Amino acid sequence: MIVTLLQLFWLFALLSMVAIGGGTGVIPDIQRAAVDTHHWLTAKEFLDLFAISRAAPGPGSMIAVLVGQKAAGLGGAAVSFVAMFGPSSVAVWGLAQFWNRAARKPWRAVVERALAPVGIGMTFASGLALARGTEHAMLSYAITAATTLIFAFTSIHPVLLLAIGAATLLLAGG
Amino acid sequence: MPTRPTPPHLAVPYTAPSLAALFRGFVSIGMSSFGGGLTAWVRREVVQRRGWMDDQQFLSGYALSQLVPGATNVNLAVFIGTHLRGVAGALACFAGLTAPPLLIILVLGALYFGMHGMPGGTSISVALSGMGAVAIGLNLGTGIRLARRGIRGVVPGLITATVALSIGVAGFPLIKVLAIMIPVSLLAALWTRPA
Repeated sequence: MIVTLLQLFWLFALLSMVAIGGGTGVIPDIQRAAVDTHHWLTAKEFLDLFAISRAAPGPGSMIAVLVGQKAAGLGGAAVSFVAMFGPSSVAVWGLAQFWNRAARKPWRAVVERALAPVGIGMTFASGLALARGTEHAMLSYAITAATTLIFAFTSIHPVLLLAIGAATLLLAGG
Repeated sequence: MPTRPTPPHLAVPYTAPSLAALFRGFVSIGMSSFGGGLTAWVRREVVQRRGWMDDQQFLSGYALSQLVPGATNVNLAVFIGTHLRGVAGALACFAGLTAPPLLIILVLGALYFGMHGMPGGTSISVALSGMGAVAIGLNLGTGIRLARRGIRGVVPGLITATVALSIGVAGFPLIKVLAIMIPVSLLAALWTRPA
């Protein structure tokens, strides 16, 4: 049990520290370690857990918690959560402290001005990459396009859009 | 909302949001973000609805959160919390964003392992892909909102387009694109004076 907990901690701490640009990039690595190396779960179970973690609200990397839960119960879930989010959060906190202390430095204003167009580009990129990565039927593209325009130019609540999107596909029979 | 003396790291006099407000704000972000699109929710809550940051502060936080390894949106929550209220703020935002989804996922996991099967079956996955399609649109719509207010001039526009297309369409690794485009954008920002 202790060995499993240590393995979980090591795996997720390591993966979270290489997950530059977001947590979803390391999901194949989680699968390899959990299914092939440690045999905590089967490939089918992993896919199901992936679907569950996407269905649930919150960060996508929560799948780590489910893997930990299967491998070692609640203790495993807790260890996985801490390992997945702890070290990176401490790193961001350190960076943010540094950033705050530089509030009145002239260079920070320049960096802020420089990061703005990059950040806007990444916002588009995250949407475009997701659209590219998922199997998309014409209807899904239409939903994405309509949502993009409605969200950009009106103040309709996004939860309503989510409900309409889900209902549209359900009514269309998948 | 307590009125506090302006912290030394804030350039303008400012009433920081209370820890409870930060926690509640991020609970609502975490619980609304079905199917992804968290960034859209964070901007909507933090910039648009509550005015805790402006777009430029939000965007630097977002870019810096991507540079640190780990889940971007958790990083962004910690960054925003630290920016507004230091360590306590970081903990409030982190807890708000992760605690309710953590409880939900533990319950779903227990149901799944208990029943040896998917709760809900195929209609869940169909509804999910519908929400996924919407979530993508929320991200793109946020990009449009940000671009309309934040991009002034041809050079920033070209930088935005290059980042968006090279990562989002050509599929280049984000970190390599940033390693090139952040220095390019820095040079451009040094070259031009603020408007």
